[in-house]
Amino acid sequence: MAEPTLEVRNLRTHFFTRAGVVKAVDDVSFTVERGKVLGLVGESGSGKSVTGFSIIGLVDPPGRIAGGQILFKGKDLARISEEEMRSLRGNRIAMIFQDPMMTLNPVLRIDTQMIETVQAHRNCSTEEARQRARDTLGMVGIPSPDERLKSYPHQFSGGMRQRVAIAIALLHEPELIIADEPTTALDVTIQGQILAEVQKLAATTGTSLIWITHDLSVVAGLADDIAVMYAGRIVEKGAVSEVLDTPLHPYTAGLIGSVPSRNKRGEPLRQIPGMTPSLLNLPPGCAFRTRCPRAADACMAEPAIEQILPGREVRCFRPLTGAAEQAA
Amino acid sequence: MTVYLVRRLIQALFVVLAMSVIVFVGVFAIGDPVEILISPDADQIERERAVQALGLDLPLWQQYLVFLGNALQGDLGRSFVFNEPALKLILQRMPATLELAFGAMFLSILIGLPLGLYAGLRPNAPASKAIMAGSILGFSLPTFWVGLMLIMVFAVQLGWLPSTGRGDTGTLFGLHWSFLTVDGLAHMAMPALNLALFKISLVIRLTRAGVRETMLMDYVKFARAKGLSPARVTFVHVFKNILIPVVTVVGLELGSTIAFSVVTESVFAWPGMGKLIIDSINVLDRPVIVAYLMIIVLMFITINLIVDLTYSMLDPRVRLETKGT
Repeated sequence: MAEPTLEVRNLRTHFFTRAGVVKAVDDVSFTVERGKVLGLVGESGSGKSVTGFSIIGLVDPPGRIAGGQILFKGKDLARISEEEMRSLRGNRIAMIFQDPMMTLNPVLRIDTQMIETVQAHRNCSTEEARQRARDTLGMVGIPSPDERLKSYPHQFSGGMRQRVAIAIALLHEPELIIADEPTTALDVTIQGQILAEVQKLAATTGTSLIWITHDLSVVAGLADDIAVMYAGRIVEKGAVSEVLDTPLHPYTAGLIGSVPSRNKRGEPLRQIPGMTPSLLNLPPGCAFRTRCPRAADACMAEPAIEQILPGREVRCFRPLTGAAEQAA
Repeated sequence: MTVYLVRRLIQALFVVLAMSVIVFVGVFAIGDPVEILISPDADQIERERAVQALGLDLPLWQQYLVFLGNALQGDLGRSFVFNEPALKLILQRMPATLELAFGAMFLSILIGLPLGLYAGLRPNAPASKAIMAGSILGFSLPTFWVGLMLIMVFAVQLGWLPSTGRGDTGTLFGLHWSFLTVDGLAHMAMPALNLALFKISLVIRLTRAGVRETMLMDYVKFARAKGLSPARVTFVHVFKNILIPVVTVVGLELGSTIAFSVVTESVFAWPGMGKLIIDSINVLDRPVIVAYLMIIVLMFITINLIVDLTYSMLDPRVRLETKGT
């Protein structure tokens, strides 16, 4: 198999605050193959966004990458200079943010914001850059891109702005796009359109995607692989269909259980009791122990992530293995 | 745009009218100029003649109407003291005050913006902390004291800069300006700096706060994620956003700088409007006081309008059209 687009090995991103060290990302490893979509799933504060920012090198102090490797096409992004990182950012690795209302600068026209991105990485005339911007806007389904280029962000709707942000991410046909909950702030119909659009683009250009979200239904429809994060760690990893059908980790099962669906109509929703623990004050042993229905004495020790079935990795001493247990 | 302007001008007219009433009544209440203007030896007949000549025998409302009628024809009354049109007296001194105020504004932006930007980008650097501490001094030291200290250091002890007057002036548009000659600039340096001190501090703090706030915005992170150079992020994405509050405050401060340059003008014997108004208040020269205040009101209204217009240029979300309302 060809070299993967991205291979993250034992990544640790810690925030050194006055109250203590916050291990926002702790020993995270995953691989994204060329043209594949990885869904990075977890609750707020599970470290999924920080993982994204670590890859693109935008973790601001007091946070920094405390260990591990981020191999992008074999090159370790955690070790390269800021200048080198900047030449990759927006060029070969792009990022899309959560809130389309906030990601475009309100006082600059769309063309300014697109042309500067083109010219940051390519030596070309403003006219060529504008041409590229116009083509890309057309590609993400923005009608009459010529007129739209001259508009300001506030003249666009939320969905349109997110399309513009996606167009900006696509300007240089990057090999990797990190999408940080890009559809969370949008209407369901717009969300569907954008997902379809992105899926098509990823398939045609061979772009790999890391799709950060807390919405399992989005991952189910879009991703090839899934990594579930809890309290800064990956607790379960595998192919989407397998993980969603037969979750191994009790937390994954809990997440799936808390999604409302038609066949569970009338029953009370199964929720995960308790709250995400503070990263400053994690319980010793398995971080999920205090909320876990299957917790036992063994869980006082720290579990390691292990491959227990082919292609399935889980960080748990008491995974849900048997089919009988699945049904329960 | 035109509708907006017309509406603003009509509003302005009412403000001026209201101000004229307040000013007129207020000045009337301060005291009777007759006591100061006419020698105590004058007899009753002389006294009444003088009062009549000045129009002070009429009831207040009639005096006001006469004033208003004259004002509409561009006549704001004659100074009791100089026996010259009050407007002319003020306009003669206006260039001196204007160039001082604009000089101070220029200095405050020239010094305040870069310092504020630095302090905002590197909030923990020792230099930033020194800048912020300095700005507190700039806020709290009284203007007159700083003026005196400046004179003591630079004029008396070092002898580098002259301490009083406007120096040589050059002529532009038929008016005399100090900033056109080297000697004039030397004379202007200290008073302008003195007047600017407070505003420099203000601009520093505003800019710093703006930068700190803007740096946290998603669009700045997104700009960085696009791979833009730090310079481009700072000077285009951040800078254009912080200009909005800075322009507002600097614009509004310009009005008060002109209006309240009184202290600085007195300390440095700068022959501007501020000095004239202080002298006029001392001798209760009503027409000059009234005319001065009216001009200041007009100036504030104009500056506010210009600030609003600048807004719409800086921030595309502000459109001056009032659609459908």
